[in-house]
Amino acid sequence: MQYLVSVIFDETDGLATPAEMEAIDAFNDRLQAEGNWVFAGGLTAPSTATVIDNRGGEALFTDGPFVETKEYLAGFWVIEAADLDVALKLAAEGSKACNRRVEVRPFR
Amino acid sequence: MSVSDTRAVLVQTHRAEWARVVAALTKRFGDLDIAEEAAADAFATAVERWPVDGVPPNPGAWLTTTANRKAIDRVRREHKRDDKHKEAQMLYVDEPPASLGAIDDERLRLIFTCCHPALGMDTRVALTLRMVGGLTVSEIARAFLVQETAMGQRITRAKAKIKAAGIPYRVPSAADLPRRVSGVLAVLFLVFNEGYLATGPDNDPVRHDLTAEAIRLTRLVRALLPQDGEVAGLLALMLLTEARRAARVSAGGELVTLGEQDRGSWDAALIAEGHRLVRERLAAGAAPGRYQILAAINAVHTSAPDVRDTDWSQIVALYDQLVRLDPSPIVALNRAVAVAELDGPAVALAAVDRLVDKLAGYHAYHAARADLLRRLDRGAESRAAYDKAIELAGNTAETAYLARRRDQLG
Repeated sequence: MQYLVSVIFDETDGLATPAEMEAIDAFNDRLQAEGNWVFAGGLTAPSTATVIDNRGGEALFTDGPFVETKEYLAGFWVIEAADLDVALKLAAEGSKACNRRVEVRPFR
Repeated sequence: MSVSDTRAVLVQTHRAEWARVVAALTKRFGDLDIAEEAAADAFATAVERWPVDGVPPNPGAWLTTTANRKAIDRVRREHKRDDKHKEAQMLYVDEPPASLGAIDDERLRLIFTCCHPALGMDTRVALTLRMVGGLTVSEIARAFLVQETAMGQRITRAKAKIKAAGIPYRVPSAADLPRRVSGVLAVLFLVFNEGYLATGPDNDPVRHDLTAEAIRLTRLVRALLPQDGEVAGLLALMLLTEARRAARVSAGGELVTLGEQDRGSWDAALIAEGHRLVRERLAAGAAPGRYQILAAINAVHTSAPDVRDTDWSQIVALYDQLVRLDPSPIVALNRAVAVAELDGPAVALAAVDRLVDKLAGYHAYHAARADLLRRLDRGAESRAAYDKAIELAGNTAETAYLARRRDQLG
């Protein structure tokens, strides 16, 4: 199964420190070595987002994120895991590596 | 066989076989929902057929076969309707781990799945009572004072999450086992306590249905994990607590404290069984966990023919051991109550007062203070503490007891 591991970022957190970046790299290497890696990425701040609405035939662009919150998605992993127990174990390691809370959600 | 005999066999078979049937079907079909529905259908068929056809020679096998047939019918129906849908139902089943031997019972997988840490505590309790205990949704809803539809949704959502999120149907690996067992025991203890300390103004003070169910399920876990000390400890704790049930609430519906209980009305058989388990754990010589220590404390209480014979120094020593494992304020409060018997109420009150920051919203904190202040002849302060305890207490028998104590103050 594939799972999305979202990194939950709190406004008060600040950017990842060099030590956190290093731990994330090491964790990514392990995911790849052990066959759990699908994809991962870090995102820029929500203020850089643009919302597009093309439901009406003409695309409308709106500056900013679709919802203003104190907590937002800062990055994610897509992992391959046999079951939720494996996914939770990997997510726990990911949370430790990036020093943030993470959410695990299965793909359909 | 008479109708009432058949009925008794049905009830007995339901109790003995429900979890086994659900577990076997979950393993075969990889789907809790199919398993639950087919098991319920099979029992409904038994209720219809057995009084007419007679009880089959092997009721358990009959139920499993019937339930299997019902499940296959459902899968076929859905297969015709929608191939993809059927595929989704046939969620993968983990291969049995090779080395688990005796503990690899299918019911154990079912228990660990229902008590999975990715599910909320309320959900684990509801799912365990339904899938393992075989209680109906409406029985569970009544037990927890929740609307039946809300309870039904909770269970449906849980089954959907288990399937969609890939919560595995298996006994955890040896490395994870202690933590996961302790998660299962937390669920069982919560069910027991909900029965033992039932809350709500319109509720019976002791809900025997829930305490009995918790004991039955803990006995099952004990049979499946006979080497686990904490499982034995929790079972002993429940038995030694349940043994005092009849003595714990007076005919007038008032809580009777341990010291005032008629010890002759304690259940000697349950006490003997609880003591046996505690002795077994002592003989094992392994460092005891929380439930084993709590069981040992209860064993000391139930060993005293009269409250004056209680070995309080032993009880305080056990609490000291418990504090090292679980330094929570509630353990500290219970320790202080025992200290009052050993070193007097003044020493105990000083210890209780130190917990004010953490326990000011907890009725037992105020009840303990009220009692200690009363013994120290500080009537006005005691009255105020009783008032606060009554305000916070949720159990009707406890409120009645506290009110009488308060009104007896000079």
